[in-house]
Amino acid sequence: MSESKPIQPPRRDFLKQVAAVAGLTLAPGVFLQTVSAAVNASQRWGLLIDSNKCGDCQACVTACHTENGITDHNRPETDAQWIRKVDLRHKTTGRVHSLPMMCQHCEHPPCVDVCPTGASFKRQDGIVLVDKHICIGCRYCMMACPYKARSFVHEVITDQKAHAPRGKGTVESCTLCVHRVDTGRLPSCVEACAATGRGAMLFGDMNDPNSELAQRLRTEYSTTIRADLRLNPGVRYQGI
Amino acid sequence: MNPTNKITVYRKLEGQSVGFYILLVVLAIMVAMGLLAAWTMEHEGHWISGMNNQVVWGMPHIFAIFLILAASGVLNVASVSTVFGQEVYKPLGRLSGLLAITLLVGGLMVLVLDLGRPDRLIIAMTHYNFKSIFAWNIVLYNGFMAVVFIYLWFMMEKRMQPYYPIAGRIAFIWRLILTTGTGSIFGFLLAREPYGTAVMAPMFIAMSLMFGKAMFLLILMSSYRGSQRMLNHAVVMRLKNLLAMFIITALYFLTVYFITFAYFTEQHGVVRFFLLDGGHYTTLFWLGQIGLGAALPLFILYHPRLGEQFSMIAVASVSVVIGGMIQLYVLIIGGQAYPLDMFPEMEILASSFHDGVVANYAPSHWEFMLGLAGLAMSLLMTVLAMRIFDVLPECVTEEVPAL
Repeated sequence: MSESKPIQPPRRDFLKQVAAVAGLTLAPGVFLQTVSAAVNASQRWGLLIDSNKCGDCQACVTACHTENGITDHNRPETDAQWIRKVDLRHKTTGRVHSLPMMCQHCEHPPCVDVCPTGASFKRQDGIVLVDKHICIGCRYCMMACPYKARSFVHEVITDQKAHAPRGKGTVESCTLCVHRVDTGRLPSCVEACAATGRGAMLFGDMNDPNSELAQRLRTEYSTTIRADLRLNPGVRYQGI
Repeated sequence: MNPTNKITVYRKLEGQSVGFYILLVVLAIMVAMGLLAAWTMEHEGHWISGMNNQVVWGMPHIFAIFLILAASGVLNVASVSTVFGQEVYKPLGRLSGLLAITLLVGGLMVLVLDLGRPDRLIIAMTHYNFKSIFAWNIVLYNGFMAVVFIYLWFMMEKRMQPYYPIAGRIAFIWRLILTTGTGSIFGFLLAREPYGTAVMAPMFIAMSLMFGKAMFLLILMSSYRGSQRMLNHAVVMRLKNLLAMFIITALYFLTVYFITFAYFTEQHGVVRFFLLDGGHYTTLFWLGQIGLGAALPLFILYHPRLGEQFSMIAVASVSVVIGGMIQLYVLIIGGQAYPLDMFPEMEILASSFHDGVVANYAPSHWEFMLGLAGLAMSLLMTVLAMRIFDVLPECVTEEVPAL
């Protein structure tokens, strides 16, 4: 090892400035790191939706779109929808019911498999997200999703929320309100459904045996949409 | 050295005529219009196109996939000579290799410019998810261009002649894998019923041979006519016979594709949609894909008198190209428009996201501008390369060896 020479003051000042700029630049990243540090693989966030309790209201849709700044351009075919209500009638029995559809946060998400850049990814705790920085807008994930859960941003985005960044030309879908979940709050759709008094949506950690979600899943029958694909979605339904 | 190679003289296009410059200007304008369309779609957002959240891939993808398939298929002429020893095609190997590159570039240009974020192309080149068939294809496309470039170089450079059969074999295998990759983009999609079958890969290979041969015949005949060169009748007859065989091969795989769906009761809906009650998709299937893409060209090509005329062979080739585009439209757009079967036992009464109904799609002029620009870019590059390099044989007048 050669002996290091003392750094001259001007150079030291310069390095200080560089460090300050770097610090400012990296700070948001460091902050994100602290949030994601809370994510761990022992958890599996999920939803149980009881279509018997789900009525004809749009409370979950309105709450989600308000929370995440999803605006409407009155163009139903290109407007983004993170969550939607679907009304169904059983072909044999004639029973009519309604349920909310959104990203099903699969354990084996086809959107993640097909994404060429890795922008579609699944967090350790099971939440499936899109990294808006590396999404190139190829829409292959939209071709692959069996739930038609994803939307492509077809317009210029103006008043987006800081906690739910969006971008024209990228793909997006329900984040399970990851920004709320990471701070111990409920997804906005679940909160809104509870506020109506229906309580058709239950959120929790499927892996925590003490959670209400895990207990109900253990004792009550539930199923998933397109169970034949064996994607093991994190969103489970009752009454379908 | 074989007898055909001995007397093959290559000559650049003269490039002095008014027609030549008009062609260049027209193609350049078409490319510029495509760039304008891409810029507008990128600036305004894709809502100005006909694509939406139900039909996410539209007209640009039809053009792009057609060109990418044709690029792979067009190399067949060189492969038949290098890999299968049919020396009669050897003089046309250079044009075949050149078109493989130019058609691919045109197709990829459309694909890239249609991305939501074309400015992030560098990300597609630096971030790879190796489970994604798209990511495989990025490697396969770039590799194909490199392999064919080397193949062409070895073909045209005397010192490299001993190695060019090896390069030709690698290019042949590469193109099979490449088209398997293109077909698998759809073949490995479980979500959508009309896709998700492994027959997509060989079906796409058959389609690529058909599209490639039709494009090759058209460009060969028009460039020989344009530059007032002699085109050997027997060579064209062989090429048109191959085109007819490839049309039949593609029809065979299409039949297998539908038989698979027809066999499984729960998938009868797909057969009904395309063949019987799918509205304009059914019409396009029978009139466009089968009528223009197969029946008419087969009639012409096998007709004892019409099948001998260059002009009618050109008509048959144009018919294959248009029918092929329609085939891709039916498969790719129709496949997306066909409703996802999320609730097999239920009828969907209402959904704000168009669940359970055939999705709407009406292509906008921006999409056509972008798609046609890809075709124009391919032709522009081809014409310029013919002007700069010794690609086209002066004439092909040698005795044709028996098959």
